[in-house]
Amino acid sequence: MDPYLALILVGFLPSEVWRWLGIVLGRGLDENAEIVLWVRAVATALIAGVVARIVVIPPGALAGVPLSVRLVALGGGFVAFLLIRRSAFAGVLAGEALLIAGALAFGA
Amino acid sequence: MAAEPERPPKTAPRALLDGLRAAFGSVLFYVLLGNYLGIGALAHEFGFSVVWMVLSTLLIWAAPAQLILISTLGTSTLIEVALAVTLSSVRFLPMVAALLPMLRAEGTRQRDLLLPMHLTAISVWVEGLRLVSTRPRPERVAFYNGLGMGLMFAAVVASAVGYHLAATLPPLLAAALLFFTPLAVLMVSARNSRTLLDALAFALGLAVWPAVAAMKLGLELMWTGLIAGSIAYAVHRVREATR
Repeated sequence: MDPYLALILVGFLPSEVWRWLGIVLGRGLDENAEIVLWVRAVATALIAGVVARIVVIPPGALAGVPLSVRLVALGGGFVAFLLIRRSAFAGVLAGEALLIAGALAFGA
Repeated sequence: MAAEPERPPKTAPRALLDGLRAAFGSVLFYVLLGNYLGIGALAHEFGFSVVWMVLSTLLIWAAPAQLILISTLGTSTLIEVALAVTLSSVRFLPMVAALLPMLRAEGTRQRDLLLPMHLTAISVWVEGLRLVSTRPRPERVAFYNGLGMGLMFAAVVASAVGYHLAATLPPLLAAALLFFTPLAVLMVSARNSRTLLDALAFALGLAVWPAVAAMKLGLELMWTGLIAGSIAYAVHRVREATR
């Protein structure tokens, strides 16, 4: 399918419809309703799945870095995040440093 | 909610300008720059054009949905992509619902709300809820539109720059740029998970995806979300019940 048509049909429309529905049936929806909590959990898990997918089946240049290095960099970044005052910045920085060091050591 | 200030409301263009200014002053402006730099780079590596990338930001304006679209469109069935995208964007319904009563003023028409609703993304919503309540009602829609456009501007510019960088950087740096988005999503999700439910859903999602993908059932992202999200939700319910 043409990428622009795909953008509209399977990108824009399935996402935008929830904003429209928010206007139409928005009144009286409790933000802490059980269904809302479940939906949030499903969406969160789905995004985690996307992260796993990009790390395990990476695109382009990232595929040149060995899988073991990618996994260690992701895990190591998270450990740094936990150790350094739960700072997202520190976690990203540590993960990137591990990725580059690993790629240099084990072939990029 | 803060009381409305005692001053005459500003005209729409002035309120819009205030909104733009608030966007440029927000820390989220810079978070979006980083995030969309990575997404733009991914779009390049997955073989999309830069015009397509920019258009996806203007039309979809939801980083998770765009990330799904970019990373799966080439390899998954269209129905699978659409399902994953729509599941990732359900959150807009309660967000929009919570925002609407704050934006409505006397004489606000439904169609005046279409643009602010389209501009609603997590970043705009978080800043909007905080800032809008300090303004007179008649200027809120214009202010929110300015805020949304300002933050969207950051995303559009960053995605184009990231796209260009992925095309020109040496492979090692390009790899580092492409790795930024998964890292950032992981860290920001971990930092923002105030409840066990959020943290567990994310951790289980990471663990369940490889298993689902290995089974080659198709619809792997949807199953990952439904299985891991439902388990996390069930654990949350059991804990609530036994507390």
